Amino acid sequence: MRAGPPLVIATGALATLVALFAVTGAAPLNALSVLWRGSLGSWYALTSGTLLRATPLMLAGLATAVAFRAGVMNIGVEGQLLAGATLAGALALTAPGLGLALLPLGLAAGVAGGALWSALPAVLKRRAGVLEAVTTLMLNAVALYLVGWLVRGPLQEPAHVYPQTAQIVSAARLPILVSGTRLHAGFAIALLLVLAAWWVFTYTSAGFQLRAVGANPRAARLTGGVNPDRVAFAAFLVSGGLAGLAGASEMQGVTYGLYESLSPGYGYTAIAVALLARLDPRAIVPSAVFFAALETGANALQRDAAVPAVVVKVVEALMILTTLAIGALQQRRARDRSGS
Amino acid sequence: MSGSGLALFCEATVRTATPLALAALGETVAERSGVINLGAEGAIIGGAFGALVGASASGVAGGLVVGIASGALIGALFAMVVVWWRVDQIIAGTAISLLALGATGTLYRTMFGAGGAALSIPTLHPAPIPGLEAIPIVGVALFAQPVTTYALYAAAIIVWWWLRSTHSGLALRACGESPDAARGAGISVSRMRWGALIFAGSMGGLAGAVLVLAQAGTFADGMSAGRGFVAIAIVVLGGWHPLRVVAAAALFGAASALQTLLQTVAPGVPYQFFLALPYVVTIGAMARVSHRVSGRARAPDALGVSDAA
Amino acid sequence: MDVYTGADGTVIAPPALALRGVTKRFGEIAALNAASLIVKPSTVHALLGENGAGKTTLMRVAYGLTQPDGGVIERNGQRVRWRTPGVAIAHGIAMVQQHFSLVPAMTVAENVALGGHGMLDLRAIAERVKRVAERYGLAVDPDARVGDLSVAQQQRVEIVKALARDASLLILDEPTAVLAPSETEELLARLRAFAREGNAVVLITHKLRDALQAADDITVLRRGATALEVRAGRATPDDLVAAMLGARVVPPVRTTGAAPGAAVLSLSRVTVRDARSVDVLRDVSVSVRAGELVGVAGLEGSGHQELLRVLAGRRVPSAGTRVGPARVGFVPEDRHRDALLLDESLIANVALSGLAERRGRMPWKQLETDTLAIIRDFDVTAAGPSAPARSLSGGNQQRFVLGRELLNRPPALVCENPARGLDAAAAARIFDRLREARDAGCAVVFHSGDVDELIAYADRIIVCHRGSAREVERTANAIARALVGAEG
Repeated sequence: MRAGPPLVIATGALATLVALFAVTGAAPLNALSVLWRGSLGSWYALTSGTLLRATPLMLAGLATAVAFRAGVMNIGVEGQLLAGATLAGALALTAPGLGLALLPLGLAAGVAGGALWSALPAVLKRRAGVLEAVTTLMLNAVALYLVGWLVRGPLQEPAHVYPQTAQIVSAARLPILVSGTRLHAGFAIALLLVLAAWWVFTYTSAGFQLRAVGANPRAARLTGGVNPDRVAFAAFLVSGGLAGLAGASEMQGVTYGLYESLSPGYGYTAIAVALLARLDPRAIVPSAVFFAALETGANALQRDAAVPAVVVKVVEALMILTTLAIGALQQRRARDRSGS
Repeated sequence: MSGSGLALFCEATVRTATPLALAALGETVAERSGVINLGAEGAIIGGAFGALVGASASGVAGGLVVGIASGALIGALFAMVVVWWRVDQIIAGTAISLLALGATGTLYRTMFGAGGAALSIPTLHPAPIPGLEAIPIVGVALFAQPVTTYALYAAAIIVWWWLRSTHSGLALRACGESPDAARGAGISVSRMRWGALIFAGSMGGLAGAVLVLAQAGTFADGMSAGRGFVAIAIVVLGGWHPLRVVAAAALFGAASALQTLLQTVAPGVPYQFFLALPYVVTIGAMARVSHRVSGRARAPDALGVSDAA
Repeated sequence: MDVYTGADGTVIAPPALALRGVTKRFGEIAALNAASLIVKPSTVHALLGENGAGKTTLMRVAYGLTQPDGGVIERNGQRVRWRTPGVAIAHGIAMVQQHFSLVPAMTVAENVALGGHGMLDLRAIAERVKRVAERYGLAVDPDARVGDLSVAQQQRVEIVKALARDASLLILDEPTAVLAPSETEELLARLRAFAREGNAVVLITHKLRDALQAADDITVLRRGATALEVRAGRATPDDLVAAMLGARVVPPVRTTGAAPGAAVLSLSRVTVRDARSVDVLRDVSVSVRAGELVGVAGLEGSGHQELLRVLAGRRVPSAGTRVGPARVGFVPEDRHRDALLLDESLIANVALSGLAERRGRMPWKQLETDTLAIIRDFDVTAAGPSAPARSLSGGNQQRFVLGRELLNRPPALVCENPARGLDAAAAARIFDRLREARDAGCAVVFHSGDVDELIAYADRIIVCHRGSAREVERTANAIARALVGAEG
């Protein structure tokens, strides 16, 4: 079962979208064309909307996929992303004198911030078997409050009017890849990382250990001699780091500063991205672009076709549920056949 | 702090805590049956929207009924996915909440126009209990609330009693601790979990209805604002015990009420600290709880485990 | 409708329980193959069989936990069909399973109460528990938390639970496995008393002594079918062992390797304690030399599995020392669960072995070559090296796993049950491979429940019994006697 079901699901999603257009009273064809133009149909929409949005979705989706592959239920990517953006932002704002070094250092700080934010749930899981789904969820909220405090307090912009930080110096900003657009180097970095992840999963021992542990921890231990807890722990931290990088890239490439609504739910969309890609890094690129297009187009829909942007959430949720259902069905069929 | 300031604080605490406690009570029952219900957020927003629709059509009573029913529907959807299809509970719950958020947002815009805000629907007013409300400081806070808060008190006691004093309550608890043993005793684990999730959904729906009918007086896209996830934290903090869960909800309510209070009293400490505190305490509680200290305040043994049978 | 005489000769009623021609398949494996069991009223009936023979499956059918694919169930002469244990319970059947059906987090009274209706009156239930416990002489505290009780105590709770439900047919799965000899005596006596009152007891056990001592009738299951039905008084241990383990149709040809070399694996005074603090292996000293093929025999619960796992380095002993090489090939009994990544390719599964020692890049090209070599040399029928492991049949999976473990010529190889689930021809091929490995200098250890297999292939035979291990003569008689703990 390779590209079949994901394509089916994607097509089904578009069909659902059309149905939802009908519900909201918009003319389907018109709405679809608005969606197209607003996401992929124009140069600007493509580069400064869809691909721009695909950057954090690729990284966050990869973060989610790495965790899920190892059997770690990390749904705290949203908070880890914010933590990464925060650490990168704090660095850039408090040490602007570092100049061009801020660019790589900021990204590194992003990775560190995200990994740190996932470290607590990871340790609790390993030491005390605590359900990481709940702890990571809690930390999402805490991250938001942390940012809320910082942007109204220590890191607030000099005029002390708005709940946001000052803009970071241009030395810390990610360079624009294509002139005339907003597409920044983060996109290239994300692309490279996703490909690197695929390479690691496919060609290295560490990647294979991760796959084995996620697939069958007993066999991994008994036959492979691998310690599943250690591998899961490492995967958890890597996942957090990637999420943090997504945040830093967004901060250094798009917002140039920190504020509470920096992430419009990238961490949650990332779950859909990873699931649709069936946790395969190669498929994360098209999957992220698909969801980025949907969400970018949604804004155009709301603006130009009077269709509420939230219809996209419905479609995304249905896609996740369908993917899960297909997966469960397949597992059951395979189990019945082999009698295990 | 003046007496009236304290009274106001208490009243705000109870008011804020009510929807949280309702959702958390439902979540307690779900988790005691072994299912971690991340769809609670969806039940709340679904209930809120349902209340809007019901109240527009036939007053407050209609709002309550449709709100609860909407929540129950979402609970049933979650049960279908998680108990029948046996899909991963965490992801499914997140997806269902997302679905409900999106669906209510879409329907709201479609049915009530892009403007949204100023809608006039009948609302629930406080219904003071004569005599009890005169108790100093806490009287108004506890006994001059809308009837839905009194429903909370009743629900908490009923759930507590039911879990400890009936065979079906015992059976539900067994489903959450050792589903295999429950099955061996002839209990249908699937049916119990279905029931638990529909109940949890209904309570979430009621919580959403309270938000609309007794607090905001209107609907806003995404107004559940993460309360469903907070409910999960509350259940942990309350040690999966119905009465303690309500107390834990009060803690979260207090933290929220505290922020408005502190804006005037202690400007030095950032209010986000208090908002974040309950979450941090919850994580701490989980770390302690998971060490399986013999005694209460322990997660049900089979919580979150997708049934193998 | 059959009519039977009771233990004291009087003609009574139809069988308390009759299972006839019961069949059950799990996928392509037939767990039960037209098995039958007739339990007369007022008797204790022992159901004997080796691991995997189907005894537990058969009784799960009797209790309604599993639905049979074919066959008939009769309770007191009436044809019945139950979909859930609830119905079986209502017909007076109670089962105490090997893995207790208790909720550790709850008290004894709560556990006994489980499955009732209406209002919960724990006081009344606690009283009932005390009464039942006294009547049958089983000491049980209704308010104790089950998770805090010892295994023997938990078992008593299970029995009291059954009796409190007014059961008239009690099924116990390996009840004496966790009891001390004196406790065993007591339990068996109580069960006999219970049966004499007009009830019936089915005792699933592998302990011949218990069966011969306590049972009135014995049924032996082998490979899912009934191999022997006999009155206890008329059976000898040899008959029973022969029925349990079976005889091969064609005795294999015996070959001897060259003289064995130095000891490769050795255990010195090793003790293994399980999660319940029961000694499954006690003070065992064993060594295996290069170039020899050692067979380990033992009935279920004798400790043979732990012995093999300690030898393979997959289980750390609670006491004593193990000396062995870093790399020991290991073929576990349950290949699906412990040896394979079912949805990954065969190449990936070859890569799984010894994965922890690999660093850096995975040598996929080399692994593909290796996989092809395994497929060729071990006669594995597969669509190709990229086929998922799930697509292979049982025999092929076994051969594949063996080939994978032998791939890098490990100094030692441990196989938990190499011929499990294989027909005679396939089994012979597997053993040929083991012999080849031995001839090449590997130290090979395997377990088999088949006495003829052991005699034919093993250079030395070690028999486990109740946690101890000793070497015995390579004769059927010596092995059979050692299996049940008889001397000589």
